[in-house]
Amino acid sequence: MVAYRAGTPVLVPQFLADVHRVSAILGTSSHILNACADRYHFTVGFAASLLSGKVSLLPSTHTAEVVRQLTAFAPDVVCLTDEADCALALPQVRYPREDAPTAPACAVRPNAAASVPQIDASQLAAYVFTSGSTGTPVPYRKSWGRLVACVREEASRFGLAKRAPCAIVATVPPQHMYGFESSVLLALCNGHALCAERPFYPADIAAVLERVPRPRMLVSTPVHLRAILSSGVALPRTDLIVSSTAPLAQQLAVETEQRNGAALLEIYGSTETGQIAARRPTHGPEWRLWPGVRLTPEGDTTWARGGHVEQPTRMCDVLEQTGKGRFLLHGRLTDLVNIAGKRSSLSYLNHHLNSIHGVEDGAFFHLEQARSSQTGVARLAACVVAPTLDAQRLLEALRERIDAVFLPRPLMFVARLPRNSTGKLPQEALRALAACARGSGTLASLTITAEHPALAGHFPGIPVLPGVLLLDEVVRMVESDGGLGGARWRIGAAKFVKPVRPGETLTLGHEPLPNGSIRFNILRAGQPVAHGVLVPLAAQQRPDHGRQAG
Amino acid sequence: MSDKAPLRQPASPAHVTALTAEVAGLIVEALNLDLAPADIDPDTPLYGEGLGLDSIDILEIALVVSKQYGVQLRADSEENERIFGSLRQLVEYIIAHRTK
Repeated sequence: MVAYRAGTPVLVPQFLADVHRVSAILGTSSHILNACADRYHFTVGFAASLLSGKVSLLPSTHTAEVVRQLTAFAPDVVCLTDEADCALALPQVRYPREDAPTAPACAVRPNAAASVPQIDASQLAAYVFTSGSTGTPVPYRKSWGRLVACVREEASRFGLAKRAPCAIVATVPPQHMYGFESSVLLALCNGHALCAERPFYPADIAAVLERVPRPRMLVSTPVHLRAILSSGVALPRTDLIVSSTAPLAQQLAVETEQRNGAALLEIYGSTETGQIAARRPTHGPEWRLWPGVRLTPEGDTTWARGGHVEQPTRMCDVLEQTGKGRFLLHGRLTDLVNIAGKRSSLSYLNHHLNSIHGVEDGAFFHLEQARSSQTGVARLAACVVAPTLDAQRLLEALRERIDAVFLPRPLMFVARLPRNSTGKLPQEALRALAACARGSGTLASLTITAEHPALAGHFPGIPVLPGVLLLDEVVRMVESDGGLGGARWRIGAAKFVKPVRPGETLTLGHEPLPNGSIRFNILRAGQPVAHGVLVPLAAQQRPDHGRQAG
Repeated sequence: MSDKAPLRQPASPAHVTALTAEVAGLIVEALNLDLAPADIDPDTPLYGEGLGLDSIDILEIALVVSKQYGVQLRADSEENERIFGSLRQLVEYIIAHRTK
């Protein structure tokens, strides 16, 4: 058994026949962009490419820009697709329709011995690609032998060797390294059955699981696991659940195991290295490395090498070794971005943003808090100086270059990015900008001149604005802000970070907080100089009886 | 909360308008979109180039809609493209299948 489609098994002889049928139509090119959406079609296409000595190209996204770059990388690339309306700008090979008449030589002869072809371990099976800081995808070689070794270990870790062949249901695409290893190769190299479908909604995930016999496993991501819990849909009894691509919240792991009565294993890896470690999060935070893989710290980064890892690779996370072959995961290195399991870097995204005609300066950044939502996905924001563009045109241009999941929300058009004197964009300044964009914050310019009466004698020769003067001005400006309904305010807390001179142009940003207070910060050339909180002045403290209550 | 329409009876135009505004509000709020609910043209495609939503957004809307109206979304055959084809189509689907 190789696969299931809608619960119907596909047996090895059929698979081999399909592989031969597809090999015959792949043509002479040595590079195949396998864009099949159906997992079984993808696997057949991959096997056919492998058998024909061709290399499968597996970029993480298929934007127009990436397709252009792939053509530069491999000019003879053709696209294998199973979709009638594939819009990729490449010569296309259409996966044969299931009901198309097969050539006699390819028809399945019921008594034919299924002869499984052997592939040399050193054969180059695929290239995977990551986003480089210069905006060009970077290729990484995947040789057949190392891929097999990697997923053989995976099967062992998952305890699959002790079970009857397992049906693998996955929500991740076969082109992504995780899906490629854990739904395609895990099945192909260990005698398990992959499910052709790629279910999306919780009800569909349950339906696909329901249709296959046990033992069955679900290969998914935190986004989908959270959606399943959130929707209240009950999954049928599943024997194993696997999660990867982004850290899984501990509570989510616990609840998922409890609701489903199945072990939940988490995989850690990268596009470059493939999976290199696993753990059961409900049993502890430590990860256990794949055999032969070693971590070497270098400065504040960690390199992985050895075992099935093709070449020493700098990992994108902060890893702390806790013992032989064990480590803790502490979070991402700052430039790197992971949204809903898709990986990129701020430098890569900024490169593409700034390459758009009409953009004078632009930057992506993280918003302060993850947006609370059913899926828990927080998006990137971006601010841009682009006087001749509007949001729609800019987003269209971005859509050609970067994966849709990284499109900014919000996208803010500004006159000038709040860069400081070294050209950097301080987080405080960006957050103040973001608060304005949400409509919940206000930015205003504030200057207290040297003529202010409170400054006399403060201090001769080294004029410094007294803190209370600044705060007084903050309260005055906030109260005169039309949007706050005429309420009166007083300082709840304040902190002064840098001295301020009279006459300096400052920026006051303020935004209402959910508890009814107002947070304010004062910046000078993008650098924070003071911040704090205003609280409402209680009614009996108000001196002016004529004012309306807020 | 939302007023309940009797299941399987045709909804009055006033009801459809009210529900459309309500669903538009849910979408804007759930996805933190930079526009007012009234700005969503009921016939603009939600997915892809129209409103610029991607599959994560669709999942988000599906979960919010399921919580609010008791509709469990499925992706059988071409239903999915139709349901999320536009705000109007989503509202029609909710009217036909809501259980809350």
